[in-house]
Amino acid sequence: MTDFYNLDSVLSEEERAVRDTIRAFVDEKVLPIIGDCYIEGRFPKELVPEMAKLGMFGANLPEEYGCAGLNNVAYGLIMHELERGDSGVRSFASVQGALVMYPVYAFGSEEQKRHYLPKMASGEIIGCFGLTEPDYGSNPSGMITRAREQKDGSWVINGAKMWITNGSTAQVAIIWAKTGDDKSDKSIRGFIVPTDAPGFTAKDQKGKLSLRASDTSELVLQDVKVPATALLPKTGGIKSPLMCLTQARYGIAWGAMGAAQACYEEALAYAGNRVMFGKPIGGFQLQQQRLAEMLTELVKGELLCLHLGRLKDAGTFTPQQVSLAKRNNVSAATDIAREARRLLGANGILAEYSSMRHMANLESVYTYEGTHDIHTLILGQAVTGLSAFE
Amino acid sequence: MKIAVCVKRVPDMDVRFRIGADNISVDQGGLKFDINDFDAWAVEAALQLKDKNAGSEVTVISLGPDVVQETIRKALSMGADRGIQIKADKVPFDGLAIAKALSAELKTGGYDLILFGKMSPDSSNGVVGPMAAELLGLPCVTAISSLEIANGKGTAKRELEGAQEIVEFPLPAVLTVDEGLNAARLPSLKGIMAAKKKPLQIKPALLAEPQITVRKLELPAERKAGRIVGEGAAAVPELVRLLQTEAKVL
Ligand SMILES: Cc1cc2nc3c(=O)[nH]c(=O)nc-3n(C[C@H](O)[C@H](O)[C@H](O)COP(=O)(O)OP(=O)(O)OC[C@H]3O[C@@H](n4cnc5c(N)ncnc54)[C@H](O)[C@@H]3O)c2cc1C
Repeated sequence: MTDFYNLDSVLSEEERAVRDTIRAFVDEKVLPIIGDCYIEGRFPKELVPEMAKLGMFGANLPEEYGCAGLNNVAYGLIMHELERGDSGVRSFASVQGALVMYPVYAFGSEEQKRHYLPKMASGEIIGCFGLTEPDYGSNPSGMITRAREQKDGSWVINGAKMWITNGSTAQVAIIWAKTGDDKSDKSIRGFIVPTDAPGFTAKDQKGKLSLRASDTSELVLQDVKVPATALLPKTGGIKSPLMCLTQARYGIAWGAMGAAQACYEEALAYAGNRVMFGKPIGGFQLQQQRLAEMLTELVKGELLCLHLGRLKDAGTFTPQQVSLAKRNNVSAATDIAREARRLLGANGILAEYSSMRHMANLESVYTYEGTHDIHTLILGQAVTGLSAFE
Repeated sequence: MKIAVCVKRVPDMDVRFRIGADNISVDQGGLKFDINDFDAWAVEAALQLKDKNAGSEVTVISLGPDVVQETIRKALSMGADRGIQIKADKVPFDGLAIAKALSAELKTGGYDLILFGKMSPDSSNGVVGPMAAELLGLPCVTAISSLEIANGKGTAKRELEGAQEIVEFPLPAVLTVDEGLNAARLPSLKGIMAAKKKPLQIKPALLAEPQITVRKLELPAERKAGRIVGEGAAAVPELVRLLQTEAKVL
């Protein structure tokens, strides 16, 4: 694997060891099957027990809740390696860790944490995160899903969620809903909803041309009744789900570079082997330029992740810094994947190679967790102090 | 059961090696190092025995400079209990010198089983295990591809050319591990965190003056480029002629 800037030298022994474990897992278990999974349009569920056994879920959460207690750089390296395999496999781990376990950890009661986190770390309970609605994507504050508190303290939830990763696989859904009669985003709260509750249905979203090795589902909640203990007590307002997204976006910034690395390595190897006009195509200036550009963006993106990770470990990173990294790295990765696909010529359109799969996957990653445009506006607001949203 | 596993830190074999300026060693720049695969299988074998025999302890021993602590910690992160670094500035090429230093430590441990890899790909001597067995006065079975321990006795399989040999041996014993014995587990993330807290002792190596030294290291001669004599059935007569007259293999 190329390490042009010797980033290994600024990783700790433990961080390298974590990366090596996930790298070996991806090489041995993900890469041999992922092309077929992609074509079949199925998430490789059979990998979940081993991912759990190795400790990938919620790996940066504390040991006392059954998690690995890693720092955030090590967590980022996990996402990088998983997405070197496939964005769908990384998405699964992102959702389980950053969008399901994190809110339980950050907003849950002690009982909820003790009950759910060890079982989620061990893969016994899989979760999904329901924020987006058919009519509210980039603007989740406008959501219409509503939870009403009953006299006995229980809640009844009505609404629909769309594009929900792990939606048909999950045993529990973190559902975000407005509460009471308040239509503003201040009333948004999170609930842990069992997916077998009466009135809860999940339907696989068919026809995807991207992230095909991932379960993306539509959720409908019709008079779904949950006990008072389903409410995540410390949630309050749109800020709560956005805090989860910051965690997930951090991992995505790393993950995108993993996908980019897979494409770069594939292109580099191909350029060395494919002979045309009597010499390897890597010997032609045009392809060298391609490779040089890819490598440069890869190194820049990885350095960005690493510094962001150190800031996160120091407890000083801001959501806007995460926006910059997500925006830059996913965009750079889509370009790298496309250039790799082109360098591969006709072979580049085959599932036997990975570049086109990554290229198509990254279009989802470009759109979810805040579209590229939305992160542009977040950065614009951060530097000008003027909001383009209102 | 008390089990010791001796492990070596070796360079990743998938890279292109360069010879160092001294002409007797490999240039270490840009190399990645990890536990020798054969040794990782030995660690795995020890851990599988530990899983079956409650109360067992697995000790991992490596001779070399401080960087070998990382190799020891890798075995600890897989699940071994404690580590010992036999500290030396460098690992000598002379297998007997290594075997002497290791057996000085091994003989104090009261081990029921001592495991080595069959060989390490960097020096390819394959002698350290059997030499240590000899120095310890213990029975030795080399290149095992299966292992069963019951009632103080062991049974192991060895792959021979076109046959398999099943051997039986008493404990304590020294075994060297071949490919095919098992697949080494990956260290889990929790295992990696736990390894930092496991005991790792550092002891000076008692290294005898090496009797064998490397005088010169050379890369193999470049292979000559192949030649395409033609395509399809039409090329066969010419190919046969060249194999007879030029290559002289027919
Ligand atoms: C594969 C996949 C998995 C997903 N998983 C989940 C999940 O697990 N949970 C979940 O809750 N959601 C999930 N999503 C949903 C995702 O977060 C949304 O698709 C995303 O927020 C964009 O919303 P939208 O699709 O409705 O696009 P829209 O918001 O309709 O945007 C359409 C276009 O308009 C642009 N745009 C929007 N607003 C502005 C503006 N103010 N100024 C300029 N341009 C603007 C956008 O950038 C985009 O180009 C997933 C999506 C995909 C594709």
